[in-house]
Amino acid sequence: MLTTILQQLINGISAGSLYALVAIGYTMVYGVLRMINFAHGDILMVGAYLAFFGISAFMLPWWASFITAIIITGLVGVLMERLAYKPIRNASRVSLLITAVGVSFFLENLFLVLFGGVPKAFPIAPIFHGVLNYNQIYLPVVSIYTPIIALALLYMLLYILHNTKYGIAMRSIALDIDTTSLMGINVDIVISLVFFIGSSLAAVGGILWSTQYPSINPLMGIMPGLKAFAAAVLGGIGDVAGAAIGGLVLGISEVLIVAFFPSLAGYKDAFAFLLLILVLLFKPTGIMGKELERKRF
Amino acid sequence: MKRTLFKTVFLAFLALSTVGFSISKVFAASNDIKVGVVFSMTGPVASFGQSSWQGLQVAKEIMPTALGKKIDLILVDDQGDKVQAANAVNKLVYDNKVDAIIGPLISGNVMSATPIVEKAKIPLITPTGTNPLLTQGKKYISRACFIDPFQGKVAAIYAIKNLHVKTAAIVIDSAQDYSVGLAKFFEENFKKLGGKIVAKTFIQTGESNFSAQIAAIKPANPQIIYMPCYYQEIALFARQAREFGLNQTILAGDGADEEALIKVGGKAVNGLTFTTGFAPEAIKTAIGKKFEAAYKAKYNKLPDNFAALAADSYFMLVNAIDRAKSDNPIKINTAIRETKNFQGVTGNITLVNGDAIKPAVIKKVENSKFVYATSINP
Repeated sequence: MLTTILQQLINGISAGSLYALVAIGYTMVYGVLRMINFAHGDILMVGAYLAFFGISAFMLPWWASFITAIIITGLVGVLMERLAYKPIRNASRVSLLITAVGVSFFLENLFLVLFGGVPKAFPIAPIFHGVLNYNQIYLPVVSIYTPIIALALLYMLLYILHNTKYGIAMRSIALDIDTTSLMGINVDIVISLVFFIGSSLAAVGGILWSTQYPSINPLMGIMPGLKAFAAAVLGGIGDVAGAAIGGLVLGISEVLIVAFFPSLAGYKDAFAFLLLILVLLFKPTGIMGKELERKRF
Repeated sequence: MKRTLFKTVFLAFLALSTVGFSISKVFAASNDIKVGVVFSMTGPVASFGQSSWQGLQVAKEIMPTALGKKIDLILVDDQGDKVQAANAVNKLVYDNKVDAIIGPLISGNVMSATPIVEKAKIPLITPTGTNPLLTQGKKYISRACFIDPFQGKVAAIYAIKNLHVKTAAIVIDSAQDYSVGLAKFFEENFKKLGGKIVAKTFIQTGESNFSAQIAAIKPANPQIIYMPCYYQEIALFARQAREFGLNQTILAGDGADEEALIKVGGKAVNGLTFTTGFAPEAIKTAIGKKFEAAYKAKYNKLPDNFAALAADSYFMLVNAIDRAKSDNPIKINTAIRETKNFQGVTGNITLVNGDAIKPAVIKKVENSKFVYATSINP
C-alpha cells in the first residue's frame, strides 16, 4: 500500500512538473501583455515536431536537434507575435483572445495539412532512456530530469526578469507600456524577446512531453495547453513562480484522484477543469494571490 | 481604429475557416451515384481513417460503377469526434444529397450519426463500428463487421482456454462506447468461464499519462490486462506499463489493429494479442485475393482490418445497388439488409438485422510485426 502511494506521488510530481514547465511560458506572456496566448499549446507541438524532424529527417544528434528545435520554436513565437498580435496590440482584450484562438487553429491545421494526422513515434534521447527501480518503486529517468529542468528554467527566468536590463524592461512594460516606450525603450524588441523566451520554454515542454509520452500528432498541444492554462490560473496567472506551483498541485491532485477514486479515473481531465472553475469562483487571484491588477511577477 | 477592428475580425474568420478542413469533391455530375464517406482522417483515431480510405479507393478502382453509372465518393473528415461526425453526416445528407453513406468508423461516432440518417432515410454502412446498440431498432444502419458481444466472448475464451489465465484487469476508455461495451461483454464471458476480474480502471481518449492507472492495477497482480481501447492509448499505456514493471500480456480488441500501434508502442507491444475481423493470411475469396494484390501494388503493403472492411462496405453497397436495380436510397437500404452469402474480402458475409455474422481473427504482435494466430467461428 505504501509503495503504491509513494509511486503515485512520484507519478504526480513527474506529471506536475511537465504542466509547470508549460505553464511558466503561458503565464509570462500574460504577465507582460495581459493576453492569454491560447496558441501556447500549439507552439509546444511545433517544438516537438521540429525536434522529431531534427532527429529523424536531418539525422542530427539528439542534443543538436533539441537546441535547434528550441531556438526555431522561439523564432516561430516571435513571428507569430509580429504577424498576428502586434497589429492589434491596442485593440480590446477580446480581439487579442480571438486572434490567439485563430493562431492556434491555424498552426494545428497547417501541421495537419503538411504532415497528416497519423501519430508519429518520437525518438527518445539516450540520456532520457531507462527506468530506476528502488524497492518496487519505479521512476523513469525522464521524470527525474523534468523537475530539475523545470526548476532550472524557472530560476533562470526569474534571474532574467529581476537582474537584467531586458528583464527590467519587461516588468516595466507589464506596468505601463506607453510610459515605457516614452522612456526610450524599444518596446517591440522587448515584447519579441518575451515571446522568444515563452515559446522556447514551450518547446522544452514539448520535447520533454513527447519523451515521456512518445507519440506526436498535430493536435497533441491542445491538452497540455489547456492543462497548463488551468495550472497558470491555479497559481495566479501572471505569476511565474505561481505557475510552477499550480502545475505541481494540478499534477499531484490528478494522480491522487485516480489513486483514491479508481472509478473516477476516466474523469481525470475533467477534474483539472473543475479545479480551474473552483479557483475562478472562489479565489480568482490563484494560490499566489496578489491583487489582480497589481501583480507584476 | 475601426479599420484595425475590421482587420482583426477578418483575420480571425480566416483562421477559423481553416477549422472545417475537409476534403470533398462536390463536382459530381447529377447522373452519378453519390456515396458519402465519413472517416476520421485526423484526430485520435486518424490511422483508422487513413487505412480505410486507402482500402475504399482500391475497392472503387476494382468496381467503379453500379447500374452502369459512375460512383462518386465524397469524403468528409469527422476528426474522430462525435460532434464532427454528426456535422459531417448532416452536410452529406442535406448539402451533397448523397444516396448512401459509408462510415463513421468508430461506434461512438456512428451513434451520433444515426438519428440523422434514420430521419432522412439514407442507408449507412459502418465498416468497423462494432457496438451492438448501433443497429438495434434501427432501419437504415448496417455494418460490415462482427459485433462486440461476439468479440468479447472470443477474447474471454481465448484468455481462459489458450492463455490459461484466471485473473484479469480491465482498462476501459470511458469516452468510447466501443470500449465500455466491449469491456462489459468480456467481463460477462470471462466470469462465466470461471475467471475473476481483479482490477478495473478507466482512461480517456487523448490522454497520454497512464502512470496513475498503472500504479492502481499493479497491486492486484492480474495474470492478463484486457484493454479494449484504440491503438494510440494502448501503445502509450503499454510503454508506460513496461516502464513501471507491469509486464503481463495485454489483450485488446480490433481497435489495436493499426500499424501506428507498433510504431508508437515499439518493443512494449511485443506479445500484445487482439481480436479483429481480418488478416491477410486468412483471405479465401477471389475478390479478397484481387483486392490484396491491387492494394499491395498501390501502397506497397498488405491491407489491414480497416482497409479490408472499408472495401467490403463498398462492395456490399455496389452489390446492393445492382440488386435493387435503382439508386433510390430506400430501395438500396432494403437490398443492403437482404445481403446474403456475399463473397467479400473478409469472407462470406450475411447480414442479420444489419449485423454481419462472420468469424473473428486473433492476431499477435511478434518482433514488431502483426502475426496471424487463428480464426474463431461464431
